[in-house]
Amino acid sequence: MFDLLLTAIASPLAAALLLLIPMPAIARKIVAGLGFLIPALLALVVWSQFSVADAADYQFVTRYDTGLKEVLGISLHLGLNGISLPLFVLAGIVGLAAGLYAIQSKAERPALYLGLLLVMQAGLMGVFASIDVFFFYFFHEFALIATFIMVGVWGGRDRGYAAMKLTIYLTLGAMLSLIGLIALYHQSGAENFDLIELRRIISEGAINGSNQNVIFGLLLLGFGILVSLFPFHTWAPLGYGAAPSSAAMLHAGVLKKFGLYGLVQIAAPLLPSGVGHWSGWLALLAVGGNVLYIGFVTIAQRDLKQMIGYSSVMHMGYAFLGIAAFNVVGIGGVVLMMVAHGFSVALLFMLSTSIYHRTQTFDMDDMGGLAKQTPVLAAFFVTATFASIGLPGLANFWGELAIFVGAWKFSAVYTTLAISGVIISAVYGLRSAAKVFFGETSPALAKVIAEKPPTDLCWCEKVPALLLLAALLFVGFWPKSISEGVNTAVSALYHR
Amino acid sequence: MTIEQLRQAAADNLWVNIQPEISLGVLALLLLVLEIFLPKKKALIPTISIVAQLGLLIGLLLNFKPAYVGTSSFSGLLFHSSDGQYLRAFFLTCSILVSMLGVVALAKQKMPKIEFFHIVLVVTAAMMLLAQASNFVLLFVALETVTVGFYILVSYTRTNPLSLEAGLKYLVMGALSSAMLLFGIVLLYGVAGNPALAGSSSNPMAYQAIRTFLAANPENFLASLGIVFVLAGVAFKIGAVPFQIWIPDVYQGAPTPVTAFLAVASKAAGFAVLISLVFVFSPYEKLVTTVLSLMAGATILFGNLAALTQHNVKRLIGLSGVSHAGYLMLGVIAVLNVPQAVGSIYFYLFAYLLASFAVFGVMTHVAGSNDAEQDLDHYADFAKKRPYLAGVLAIGLGSLAGIPPLAGFMGKLMIFIAAFNAGLYPLLAIAIVGVVISIYYYFGWIKAAFFSSWRPPLPSGEIEAAGPVATPVSLPMGFALGLLATGSVVLGIYQGPLAAWFLQR
Repeated sequence: MFDLLLTAIASPLAAALLLLIPMPAIARKIVAGLGFLIPALLALVVWSQFSVADAADYQFVTRYDTGLKEVLGISLHLGLNGISLPLFVLAGIVGLAAGLYAIQSKAERPALYLGLLLVMQAGLMGVFASIDVFFFYFFHEFALIATFIMVGVWGGRDRGYAAMKLTIYLTLGAMLSLIGLIALYHQSGAENFDLIELRRIISEGAINGSNQNVIFGLLLLGFGILVSLFPFHTWAPLGYGAAPSSAAMLHAGVLKKFGLYGLVQIAAPLLPSGVGHWSGWLALLAVGGNVLYIGFVTIAQRDLKQMIGYSSVMHMGYAFLGIAAFNVVGIGGVVLMMVAHGFSVALLFMLSTSIYHRTQTFDMDDMGGLAKQTPVLAAFFVTATFASIGLPGLANFWGELAIFVGAWKFSAVYTTLAISGVIISAVYGLRSAAKVFFGETSPALAKVIAEKPPTDLCWCEKVPALLLLAALLFVGFWPKSISEGVNTAVSALYHR
Repeated sequence: MTIEQLRQAAADNLWVNIQPEISLGVLALLLLVLEIFLPKKKALIPTISIVAQLGLLIGLLLNFKPAYVGTSSFSGLLFHSSDGQYLRAFFLTCSILVSMLGVVALAKQKMPKIEFFHIVLVVTAAMMLLAQASNFVLLFVALETVTVGFYILVSYTRTNPLSLEAGLKYLVMGALSSAMLLFGIVLLYGVAGNPALAGSSSNPMAYQAIRTFLAANPENFLASLGIVFVLAGVAFKIGAVPFQIWIPDVYQGAPTPVTAFLAVASKAAGFAVLISLVFVFSPYEKLVTTVLSLMAGATILFGNLAALTQHNVKRLIGLSGVSHAGYLMLGVIAVLNVPQAVGSIYFYLFAYLLASFAVFGVMTHVAGSNDAEQDLDHYADFAKKRPYLAGVLAIGLGSLAGIPPLAGFMGKLMIFIAAFNAGLYPLLAIAIVGVVISIYYYFGWIKAAFFSSWRPPLPSGEIEAAGPVATPVSLPMGFALGLLATGSVVLGIYQGPLAAWFLQR
C-alpha cells in the first residue's frame, strides 16, 4: 500500500537533499515548492479519507522496524487519530504557507535556507504522525539544529544570542521530557515506547500514585518549557523576534504545539492522578503567569514581532488551563485552540515581516497610517488580530469557548480571570493594529515612504496569507469539521 | 623444567588467535624497511599502511566469528570474546583514520613521517591485546606498550614547545597512574595469593582467580584498597575526575591526529579494561559503585563546565571528551546491575568514534602550521568558505551534543535507559544538566562556523591577522569524512541489525 504518512514526512527531506545539488533559481523554487506542497496535499487527502466515526482509533497505520523493535521496543509506527489528524493538517498547511513565503523571500544562500526549512517541515509532519513515543520525540528534535542555524544566520536583531538561548531552553525541555518518557516506559512495565501498547498495559494496571506524580511532574516541566509555560517562557518572544519569518511561522505555529500535544495525547490520559496532583499549580501558573502577567507584558511591547511572540506565550495559558481542567470539553478545546492558534500566529508572523519590508522597522511607534498605502495588508492584519483575540466567526473563538466551558467546572475563579484575559488581548491586538495602520503617519515612516513608496501585498504574499485566512474562517464557521473527530478521540481517552 | 613441560606450556600458545595483532606488528616493521628501500617515494608508504590496514579490517569483519571466540589462550592470558572482536575492529578503524589524518597533518610540519605511522600501528596492536586481556600481567604490559607509544606520539612535533610540554606532562602523569595501577595489582596479588585466606589461588594474577577470591572474602581491607588503586589507574586513561588534570594541555599540545587517537581509541581502550574489571570486582559491588558514581558525577559536571570557557578548540574537545567519559561511566555503573548495558557502551563508543573523527578531520584541515593554536575564531565564515567541511563539522558536533537524528543521541538514549533500569536517578539528573550545558559550547562552535559575526573595524592601514587557510580536501579524505557524517546520520535513524547485535546478548 502507498504510505501517505511516510511520504508526507519523506518528501520534504527528499527535496532538501535535492537542493544540495547546485541548480538554477527557478529549478530550486520548483523543487522546494514541491517539497512543501506534497505534504500539504497529502494531509488534505488523509483528512478527506479519515473516518470520523472511528476517530478514537489510529488510522492509516503503518509500521517499520529500524532495528530497535526487539531490543528497546521502538519502531517507526505511523498513524493518526482524532487528536493528531487536525494537527497533522495544520502542519501541512502552515508548512505550505511558510514555504511559499520563503521561496519568494530574498534570503541570502537560498538553497541552504530552503533546505533547512524543509528539514523542519519533515520534522513537523513526523511529530504528529508518530504513534511511537520515541519517534514523536525524535521528530521534534529533528528540527533543532535546523532552527538554530536558521535563527543565527538569517535572523534579525540579537540573532546569535537568541539562537543560543532558544536552543538551550528547548534542549532542557526536551531532555526533561525524555527522562519523563523513559520513566513512563520503565514504570509502566511495558518496556515499549509504542503509545498503543503503553495505553493497553496501563489500562490493565495503572502506575502507582506517587510515581504518577513524579512522572507527570517531569513531563509537565519538560513539555511546559517547550510550550513556554511561565516562568520558562523567556526564550519564546526573543527567539521568535529574531527568527526569520518562515522559521517563526513553523515554530510558533506548529512545532511549539508539540508540548501541548504530548500532554494531551500521552501524559494526561496515561497519568490521570498525576494531572490531579499538579492541576492547581498548573492553573495558577497558566492563568496568573501566562494569561495575566504576560498579557500585561504584551501590552507594553513596542516591537511588533516581539509583541506577537509574547501574545503567543499568553495564549498558551488558555491551553494549559484546559489541560488542568482535565475533562472532555476542556481537552477538546485545547486541541481546537492549538489548531486555531497555529494558523493565526503563523499569519501574524508572516504579515509582520511583510510590514517590516514596507516600513523598515518593527517599532510600532515609528509606524502609523499604513492602511492608506496598503489596504489589503491592513485587512489581513486586522482579521488575523481579530482571530487571535478570539472573535466569533474565526477559529480561535471555538477553542477558547470550549476551554472556558470546560474549565468552569474546574474552577470558576480561574476561568473568570482567564476570560478577563480576552480583554487584555483585545487591548494589545487592537492597539497594535491601530498603531501600525491607522492614525497619523509617524515622521520616521514618512521618510521611509518618501524614499520608497510601499506597495500593497503582491500575489506571492497574498497566496500564503489567503491560505491561512481561509483555514481560520473555515474552522471558524464550521468547527464541526474538526471537533467531531476530536470529541470522539478525547472521549475515548478520557473516559470518566 | 623439562622439554616436555615446556612443550605442554607452549601448547596453549595459539599464535593464530592473535593473527591481527601480529599482522599489524609485521606491517609496522615493514614500513620501516620500506623507508630504506624507497627513499624517493616516501609519500607512498602511508598509503601502503592505510591500504594494508583496510585489507586487515575487511578480513577481520569477514571472519568476525572465528572458531576461537569464547576460549582463552596463552595459559589464560587472553580471553577471546565477540566483544574483543568488536574492539579489534574498533581500534583498527581508529588506526586507519588516524593514519589518514596523519597524512594531512604531517604535511604541514617538517618532521620525519614514517615513524608516526609505525608507532600508530604498534599502539593499535597493543590496544587490541589490552581489550582481550584476562590477566593482570598482560593488562599491565599491554597498557604500558600503549602508553609508551603515546609518549612519543604526543611530543611528536618536537619543534613545538607546547607539544614537548604535553609530552612531558603525559609522561609524568602517565608514570604516576601506572604506578598506582601497579600498586593496586600488587595488593590484589598479595592478598589473593595468601594461602591463609579462603579462596586464595596459586595464580593470583588471573581475573577469574581474583574474582573467586573477592567473592570468598567480601570485606578484605587490602583488597578494597587494591581495587581503588586499580580503578584510579584506569581512570587516568579515560580522563575521569580527579585524574583529568592532564587532558587539556596534552590534547592541545599533541598533534591533532594524536589528539584524535587519544580521545577515541585510548578512551575506548580504557573503557574496555574498565568493563572487564567491573566484572572481576563485582563481588565488591558497593565499593565499585560508590567510587565510580562519585567519579562519574564529578566527571560530567567538570568536563562540561570547564569546556564552557574554552576558545582553543583542541582544549574544548578535550574537556568535552571528559564529559563523554562521564556519560560512559554511567553505563559502566549500570553494567553491575544490568549486564546488557555493555552493548549500550559499545554503541555509544561507536557513535563517538564517527562524530569525533568527523570533527577532528575538519580540525586537521583547518589547523595551520602551529598545530597547538586552533582557535574558535579560525572558524569565522567557515560555512561560506568551505561548505562541505562545515556540514561535516555541524553533523559531528550535533552528534557529540546528542541531538536527534544523529547517532550520538541514540548512544545517549541507550545509556540513559540502562541507567534508568539500574535506578541511577541522581546521576541521570546530573547527566541531563551536563547535556544542557554542553549545548552551549557545541552549538557555540557551530555558531562560530556558520553565523557571520560582527568584527570591530580595524584602524586604517592595518591588515587583519588572518587565521590559517584550510587545506584542500583530498578525494579519499573527503570520501572518508562524508562516510563518517553519513554514518552519524544513518545510524541515528536506522540502526538495523547493528542495534540488535549490540543490545541483544
